[in-house]
Amino acid sequence: MTALDQMVGFPQQQYGANAGQARLVARNVSAWFGTKKVLERISLNMEPGQVSALIGPSGCGKSTFLRILNRLHELVPVAALSGSVELDGENIYGPTASVTRTRLKIGMVFQKPNPFPSMSIAQNVLAGLRLSGTKVHNRDALVQECLERAGLWKETRNRLNESGYSLSGGQQQRLCIARALAVRPRVLLLDEPCSALDPISTGVIEETIRELCRDVTIVIVTHNMQQAQRISDTCALFLIDDEGKPGYIVESGPTDQMFSRPNDPRTADYVNGRFG
Amino acid sequence: MTTTATLTAPLPPGSVDDTPITFSSGHSSADRAFFGLLACSAGIVLMLLVALVVFLFAHGWWALVHFNVRFFTGTVWSAPLEPGVLGLLVGSVEIGLVALFFAFPISIFTALMIVEFAPPPLRRTLTALIDLLATVPSIVYGFWGLEALTVWVQSPVSWLAKYFGFIPIFRTLEPGRFDDSIFICGLIVAIMIIPVITSISREVMSQAPREACEGALALGGTRWGMITDVILPFSRSGIVGATLLGFSRALGETIAVLLILSANNQVTAAILGPDGGSVTKQIAAFFPTSSPNGQSELTLAALTLFATTLIFSLGGRLVVQGGLRRRRS
Repeated sequence: MTALDQMVGFPQQQYGANAGQARLVARNVSAWFGTKKVLERISLNMEPGQVSALIGPSGCGKSTFLRILNRLHELVPVAALSGSVELDGENIYGPTASVTRTRLKIGMVFQKPNPFPSMSIAQNVLAGLRLSGTKVHNRDALVQECLERAGLWKETRNRLNESGYSLSGGQQQRLCIARALAVRPRVLLLDEPCSALDPISTGVIEETIRELCRDVTIVIVTHNMQQAQRISDTCALFLIDDEGKPGYIVESGPTDQMFSRPNDPRTADYVNGRFG
Repeated sequence: MTTTATLTAPLPPGSVDDTPITFSSGHSSADRAFFGLLACSAGIVLMLLVALVVFLFAHGWWALVHFNVRFFTGTVWSAPLEPGVLGLLVGSVEIGLVALFFAFPISIFTALMIVEFAPPPLRRTLTALIDLLATVPSIVYGFWGLEALTVWVQSPVSWLAKYFGFIPIFRTLEPGRFDDSIFICGLIVAIMIIPVITSISREVMSQAPREACEGALALGGTRWGMITDVILPFSRSGIVGATLLGFSRALGETIAVLLILSANNQVTAAILGPDGGSVTKQIAAFFPTSSPNGQSELTLAALTLFATTLIFSLGGRLVVQGGLRRRRS
């Protein structure tokens, strides 16, 4: 049990002794918006303690797939889904699965930083605990630990009561990572977290991701091939054949192999920048 | 021939003149004409406000000089000899408060229903219906209140008076006579201001950043958590603005009040009884038949109501700004 566990007060048996790392498995996931099918039977294993990158051109369903992994897809009124997503063998879309508990276990960081506008930096970090009604024994220590893990502590330690909006874009994104970490997720989903950031902020966030993957399973959507190479252990390439057709996975496997000796020529073309 | 970019070393401080230049306006004549049009429109609104206040002062001057402070502290309006506006003003504010008591929660919950929970077809229908309600003339609400609402609420109001009569606001000296009370008036005015508060609140709530709302849900929050932690804090100042607008409308409502309220005009906390008065009712009922001095008294009453609305509005704004400052610090 880590210091963070004790501070937050999660019961140990809730997540098992090896809390933090979890295997996420998608089985034959298809998705629709109304009558339009956007994903075609996606099956993918996201291994514990690893960074899995989802790559592919815009509009091929990567972000939709990521939103399916923590049940945000169903917020769209006309959205539909088939298949299953299992977190350590438990179907998160099962009849007894709770949406809010699933989202507590599978955190999400969005493309655009989205700190809560009415909250201070410290309140933003603690927002997830407040929203989920989790008791916190030592708020200050928890805020510090989460901000340290997100690589933001040094820049914010003297301004914790300022609005989260007062931070720069890169800092806001790290605040969102800290906020997601505070509820102690087992999986962290990142949807192009660096797309709006400068190279220095991107470097800091990549470093943060590499450190976090020791404790948390990470799935990241990225358009940046170098980034996928730098930070991911496994990769999956999404493609669509034609406009209006559903996206599917062309190939997935260890990142080294995907970039150096892929099995499918389309993977070689994509990672070498010949299309997309 | 190729051109190469070269970097120049920064000049030492003080070596060149670096005073800021003045920006030339450089606007086209079309821009200037458009600005003139906008300035005229804004100027007309400002002049109307000034003209209104000047008119009220000019016509109420006789009463102000003649009765002085007594006018504002007197609790019984017995014009033309002893007009005291306080009783009428208290009645108006009570009507406004009763209206807000019912309208505020219904409006906020309806706006939340439209913004967050209703499926798109129901959302469109509800929005259209609310906008439609806002266009119904107040005389229609007044008649409906007089003919229907007073009958429907007779039993619950009697029950309140019977079992909670020990509380001053539910006490009444004339049990069974509730149809011309401040309570009924407030209830009708509540129905009139619900569309106003709902419509503005819905608009403000729908502006809450969707990314932050999704962020709250993605953290394991419930819909209710998202509403209390993201939507309501974001919309707070707009909701207060909408409420103040509703309250101002309740204070100024005339037709429904004129149709329903009794002729009495004393200061009373007993909102279920027939004793309360209202500034607007008094003006509408007696202005045409009053003497010039009587009209001056009523004009000063109108000015007092105007000032009261202004005070409530400014007070509300200050509360919101204070809250925002506390949140930022």
